[in-house]
Amino acid sequence: MRFRHDNGGERATQTICPLVLHEVCYEAGEQRLIDHISCTLEAQAYTMVLGPNGAGKSLLLRLCHGLISPSSGSILWNGLAVREARRYQAMVFQRPVLLRRTVAANISYVLSIHGRPCRQRQTLVSQALKQAGLLDLAGRPARLLSGGEQQRLALARAWALKPQVLLLDEPTASLDPAATQMVEVFLEQISKTGTKIIMTTHDLGQARRLADEVLFLHRGRLVEHGPAAEFFSAPQSKEATAFLAGHLLWS
Amino acid sequence: MHDFTAAFGTALALIVEFDHDLVAIVSLSLVVSLPAVGLAAVCGLPLGAAVAVLQFPGRSLLGTLLNATMGLPPVVVGLALYVLLSRAGPLGELGLLYTPAAMILAQCILVTPIIAALTRQTIADLHEEYDEQLRSLGVGPWRTIGTLLWDGRFSLLTAVLAGLGRASAEVGAVIIVGGNINHVTRVMTTTIALETSKGNLPLALGLGIILVLLTFMLNAAALAIRDVTKRAYG
Repeated sequence: MRFRHDNGGERATQTICPLVLHEVCYEAGEQRLIDHISCTLEAQAYTMVLGPNGAGKSLLLRLCHGLISPSSGSILWNGLAVREARRYQAMVFQRPVLLRRTVAANISYVLSIHGRPCRQRQTLVSQALKQAGLLDLAGRPARLLSGGEQQRLALARAWALKPQVLLLDEPTASLDPAATQMVEVFLEQISKTGTKIIMTTHDLGQARRLADEVLFLHRGRLVEHGPAAEFFSAPQSKEATAFLAGHLLWS
Repeated sequence: MHDFTAAFGTALALIVEFDHDLVAIVSLSLVVSLPAVGLAAVCGLPLGAAVAVLQFPGRSLLGTLLNATMGLPPVVVGLALYVLLSRAGPLGELGLLYTPAAMILAQCILVTPIIAALTRQTIADLHEEYDEQLRSLGVGPWRTIGTLLWDGRFSLLTAVLAGLGRASAEVGAVIIVGGNINHVTRVMTTTIALETSKGNLPLALGLGIILVLLTFMLNAAALAIRDVTKRAYG
């Protein structure tokens, strides 16, 4: 599958998948929070990063997005350094920071940052808002939206840049089931356009619904990596088995 | 006590009658303090935000310096400016001494560090919240400063108001560089000082009452605008 990168037609198409992590470690003080993770993520799959709290899921996304740097090891996006690859990606946080301006202005802000010409922005903003089901709220102050609407706006803002890869850190963790479902529908639409999604969650039902492949982390180590169907039906490790059975993993 | 009551009554009469001298003095005070604070905001807001956001050598030293200069003694600032602006001084050619422009400059020098230091704190807190999101969106440092200043606009109004409070209450610097010349550089605070020492309590009291009322009204209006817009934009 080929991915396009639409940047006003100024830059050549550059594919940033596969993502290759080699012996990646991340340490904070004395503690090793990410412990020798190596894996390759292909373009096609909807990747779900699973694991109990403190397993290092969010850290892994931040490392891949270049918000923090690994203590050792390497992360390459189809040979590109993380910093160079970031403009082809977007990340949505568990609590996204929306700017104190209108819904539409939040999206046109990122479009202007990425150098989209003024005349294009209006169309792109409308497209993104329509996709997120927020067109009616375009003129509302973003900070006054409900939690679910804020999260969809954050997704629309990320999607407006037409990223090749979308990194999502627990995007539905603080949402009710109805809002979660709307976000999931939006995510499936985004996935269908060819955008690769790498997402963390602790919601197993959601992981079963969305995932093509699973990365299972425990205490900073990559314990399992494989197709979602196999992971859920026949987990290989005792940690994953316990996690799927709903047991608490403290040690 | 009787004298005091009589003075108070005369003061109120001066206010109610819109006494010509009183109006002239109050107007000049506003003509000096408002541009001074405006100019200080134009310098102090970006300066404070830059110190909060940008990484450069000497950043923490500059932060400490800003905090320290918040408490600059007005008389010393006035004296330094006097030396610079006096005929024999390096800026003597400009002929600014004993003009409202010199008073604006003096108040601006006093207020800029206050606005910058308060801005630095507000923007630093906001930057902590926004940092990852803005870096993720690919926002560069200069654009980050602009974005944070705009998103922090409601809180930053308090910094500007603190500056306005300092400017309108200040007497030491403006009396030195302004000279307290009647109808030229005589503002509320300098007149209050002068008239009190002359024993003319009614005018001093009248001006005192207006100064307090004005400060109160400007603050109340600004905070009301802040609350309304904050409610509208979240």
